[in-house]
Amino acid sequence: MAAPSTPAPVVSARDLRVQYGDREVLHGLNFEIVHGETVVVLGGSGSGKSTLLRTLVGLEKPSSGAVHIKGVDITRASAREMDAIRKKIGLAFQGGALIGSLPVGENIALPLLEHTTLKPTTIEVMVRIKLEQVGLSGFENYSPAQLSGGMRKRAAFARALAMDPEILFFDEPSAGLDPITAAGIDDLILDLKKAYSMTMVVVTHELASAFLIADRIILLDRGSIVAMGPAQEVRDSRHPRVRQFLDRVADTTEDDDVDNLRLFTDGIR
Amino acid sequence: MQFVTEVGAASERSVAYVGGLAQLFGRSLRLLFFSPLKRTRLLQRAVHQAMAVGVGALPIMSLITFFVGVIIALQGAYQLQRLGAMQLVASLVSISITRELGPLITAIVVIGRSGSAFAAEIGTMRVTEELDALETMALDPVAFLVVPKFLAMAVMMPCLAVWSDFMGVLGGCLFGVVSGNFTFGSYVIATRDAMVPHDVATGIVKALVFGLVITAVGCQEGFSTGAGAEDVGRSTTSAVVVSILLVILIDLVFTVLFYLARGTA
Repeated sequence: MAAPSTPAPVVSARDLRVQYGDREVLHGLNFEIVHGETVVVLGGSGSGKSTLLRTLVGLEKPSSGAVHIKGVDITRASAREMDAIRKKIGLAFQGGALIGSLPVGENIALPLLEHTTLKPTTIEVMVRIKLEQVGLSGFENYSPAQLSGGMRKRAAFARALAMDPEILFFDEPSAGLDPITAAGIDDLILDLKKAYSMTMVVVTHELASAFLIADRIILLDRGSIVAMGPAQEVRDSRHPRVRQFLDRVADTTEDDDVDNLRLFTDGIR
Repeated sequence: MQFVTEVGAASERSVAYVGGLAQLFGRSLRLLFFSPLKRTRLLQRAVHQAMAVGVGALPIMSLITFFVGVIIALQGAYQLQRLGAMQLVASLVSISITRELGPLITAIVVIGRSGSAFAAEIGTMRVTEELDALETMALDPVAFLVVPKFLAMAVMMPCLAVWSDFMGVLGGCLFGVVSGNFTFGSYVIATRDAMVPHDVATGIVKALVFGLVITAVGCQEGFSTGAGAEDVGRSTTSAVVVSILLVILIDLVFTVLFYLARGTA
């Protein structure tokens, strides 16, 4: 087992609560992610894993608690501090979220053009390198609409990598992709991990890919952490909700409801 | 009692809406002068917007205001003929176009072309998470998207208003020359005598304010878009409807103010 207590955490959440209206989605999460670690946040739909990701990058304001990224509490950071942090992180969105009015190359060049003083020719080279990294070389001049879903995701990775971030966040990197493309994306994440020792946070519900890429796993269920630890430890967990999730057992409660309903309606009939 | 509460709630919403517009404008103004983004890139985007908003509108704008000029001349001639005052057609056209119809028709065409486009563009970006993506790349969506639009509108609306004044007068001239007893030269002289610089100036000021309002409404509607294609359509519709309403209201306020100012002078 690794000793995660020695290095200072790169990302940490303390008693993190997020509310939409009066419905609390995340109920006080606590965790730390250290440098160079790949943490997979696993959870079913509606478990709050996407909300967690949005909160970690500052797109969602928590109702209480704190999120520290590289020592700065982003829930209290000024706009300027926030911009400085955002230049050090990359986020690959689920649907890509490429700017539709710009070709793929310019999408990747955008943060470089806006935030650096590099020469256009240098930026052009960097864009080509990033595209090559994700296996999309030669697609600079395509518009995002001309790409397939998997290509759009990979282009989004390239954009997230553009500023050479210290922390990378992935939202459902392999959701909605065919197995081959999904495996390609897992390989890509493993490559990045090996080559740059980046800190990565991956949100997913794909079990196979989670156990393949994760150093540590955080399993979310209905807004709370039910299991957290090295991948192997989570895999061997005896916690009933963890087992249910990992063994792909359907929720029985809903079926019970339907049965009850049937009982009632049959009686009426 | 129910009715009073509803009226109260509705007026509160309207005031909050206008407050939101003012806030967006204020934020854009601040971001224009203290931009976190590169100024040259900002100008490039503003020029790009200006081409779409201004230059792109020229053909349709010319056509519409030219026809409106002809219509005003025709309608005026109808009445003026009975008084034997056909020579007043030129001043009728020039006054009604420069004071009122030039800026107003400019605004309405720009609402249809650009106000709706702003709402649809930003609304779609909301739906596809592009706004979130911009934010995570440390590119403030207001600084990145809205500031260039305000800039482009502030420059192009007055230009378009002046151009539509010109085209409207040209339309009136066509009628004057074809069926009135004007020559091209005499019509131009009659127009020049009737036209007051003050009228043109107020038209330009109005056009500028209209442009800012159209941009603010279009962008605000875009930002407040919900989560689907249907919501983009709804935002676009309300951008157009609210813009037209606000432009007419502002026009009314301006006209009343100018009228009062004239009365005391």
